[in-house]
Amino acid sequence: MGNSVLVFAEVKDGRVKKVALEMLSEGKKMAEKLGGDLSAVLMGSGIESLAEQLGQYGADKVYVADNEVLKDYTCDAYAKVMADLIKANEPAIVLYGATILGKDLSPRVAARVETGLASDCTDIGLDDDGKFTATRPMFAGKAYVDLSFTDSKPNMASVRPNALPVSPPDESKKAEVVKVDVNISPDDIRTTVKEVMKTAGEKPDLTEAEVIVSGGRGMKGPENFKLIEDLADVLGATVGASRAAVDAGWRTVDDQVGQTGKVVSPNLYIACGISGAIQHLAGMSTSKYIVAVNKDSEAPIFQKADYGIVDDLLKVVPVLTEEIKKLKAEG
Amino acid sequence: MNIIVCIKQVPDPEIPPVKFQIDPEGKKVIPPDGVTPVISVFDERAVEAALKLKDKYKAKVTALTLGPDSAKAVIRHALAMGVDAGVHIQYEAAGELDSFGTAHVLMKAIEKIGDYSLVLCGRQAADWDAGQVGLLIAENLGIPVVTVAKKVDLQDDKLRVESVIQDGYHVMEVSMPALVTVSSEIGLSRLPTGIGIVKAARVKIENLSVEDIGADIPEARCTELIKLYVPVRDIQCQIIEADTVQESAEELAVRLREAKII
Repeated sequence: MGNSVLVFAEVKDGRVKKVALEMLSEGKKMAEKLGGDLSAVLMGSGIESLAEQLGQYGADKVYVADNEVLKDYTCDAYAKVMADLIKANEPAIVLYGATILGKDLSPRVAARVETGLASDCTDIGLDDDGKFTATRPMFAGKAYVDLSFTDSKPNMASVRPNALPVSPPDESKKAEVVKVDVNISPDDIRTTVKEVMKTAGEKPDLTEAEVIVSGGRGMKGPENFKLIEDLADVLGATVGASRAAVDAGWRTVDDQVGQTGKVVSPNLYIACGISGAIQHLAGMSTSKYIVAVNKDSEAPIFQKADYGIVDDLLKVVPVLTEEIKKLKAEG
Repeated sequence: MNIIVCIKQVPDPEIPPVKFQIDPEGKKVIPPDGVTPVISVFDERAVEAALKLKDKYKAKVTALTLGPDSAKAVIRHALAMGVDAGVHIQYEAAGELDSFGTAHVLMKAIEKIGDYSLVLCGRQAADWDAGQVGLLIAENLGIPVVTVAKKVDLQDDKLRVESVIQDGYHVMEVSMPALVTVSSEIGLSRLPTGIGIVKAARVKIENLSVEDIGADIPEARCTELIKLYVPVRDIQCQIIEADTVQESAEELAVRLREAKII
């Protein structure tokens, strides 16, 4: 078995996802410790030019599987390319972003190469003996586990977006591009994508957003979400909602943050009129900074928050929006 | 058509953190006193998805669980919701299996039940939140899989599944047998009815051991638990107080800017 680190670099709308750069940054450190190189995998159609960016973020080698059959993601095709690549190159560690796609792909690859996978990790690293370890929340974030791996190789993990910092790129660095032969017959793909339905707007998806402004029961009605949207616009944030707001029919289930909705870990999470029920906290407690605005000073959300205002959000939020707008204008 | 739904009993995820206790030495969660374990929420949605198919087409739905003696309660729950049969693979140490071990045992159980067109699982279990078992079962059985379904229906002799993607959903066509993991977007689960509960009590749950289904509990696990702990967030919330809303919102904006958060 080798001592290299392999990162699956997910592409969306012609761009490499930020989570891939996060994993390259951490992967670089691990590869150096292990004395191996850092590789990345690109899959899709017409994506070869993206290899340059991966090189700047630390990849020594980029495997490019560029083929029409990989244009739309199918688990069968991607898993086959990935599993073949792992079998041929025997990396020590393989990393995936814990995105919807990454969570779909990684267990399948794990089964095919018969190895273990730690999913939805909030931290990864090597211990003093150079053994790969992963940290992941469980029981809705009420507990965390540190995992190591047995002798099965490679060690694989999917890592939550925004969990790891990105190191600055080195623009002089170039990766070696290795073209991958894609040998996929139609029989290999047993699921067919008949239609692609887009329901989300232009804003980053909640699971990958760096700033989120969420509203809960305290919003009192769907019309007041305009206040949240205005604040989100000023911050370049994505709008979320608590289960209470979704159950009330004020927002769609796509916006729901929580254990039964989306699990998010932005840099900044602003909770407006959200009391902080367990199942909501499970979905956002790994956010780096949390701000809470709630009338009830006893609301559990304040135990998780870094900053809080105890007042009526309908009054606070518009002022906050204006103040932030001013600060942003000052630069 | 025959549908098998895999369900898991988990500690109630809604219990407050004060009641949540772990045994760091034994690396185990201590079941909270007086809180009844429940069916994992996504698995309940998978039962709902199966029953929706049963309402529309002719289908026999079997609920399958792996767990200690207490786990048969989730089979009773599924029966009361309207499934036709229940299989309980009784294994007291089920909680110590990792995703691969669990998937192996469930795969063997599914093969033992046999003659299935569709296997449904929840998107992930509400205790470990790993989201691996469904995919691993499908890979073990050599059948196609679609994850995070918001709708499952039939079209001609194929499955038509709406699968959630980052910015919308895919409409997928899959031939059967197949496995689908179900997400909460499928809609709320039906409540067990009074008649359902009475009927459920009369159904004999098939109780099998891991030996009965020919499963070898894998000795070598792929992942090892080093440490289990409750996170400490040693941050004191800075409550911003001022005379007017204007002042407190202004102060908050300034503090966020000073801390370079915005």
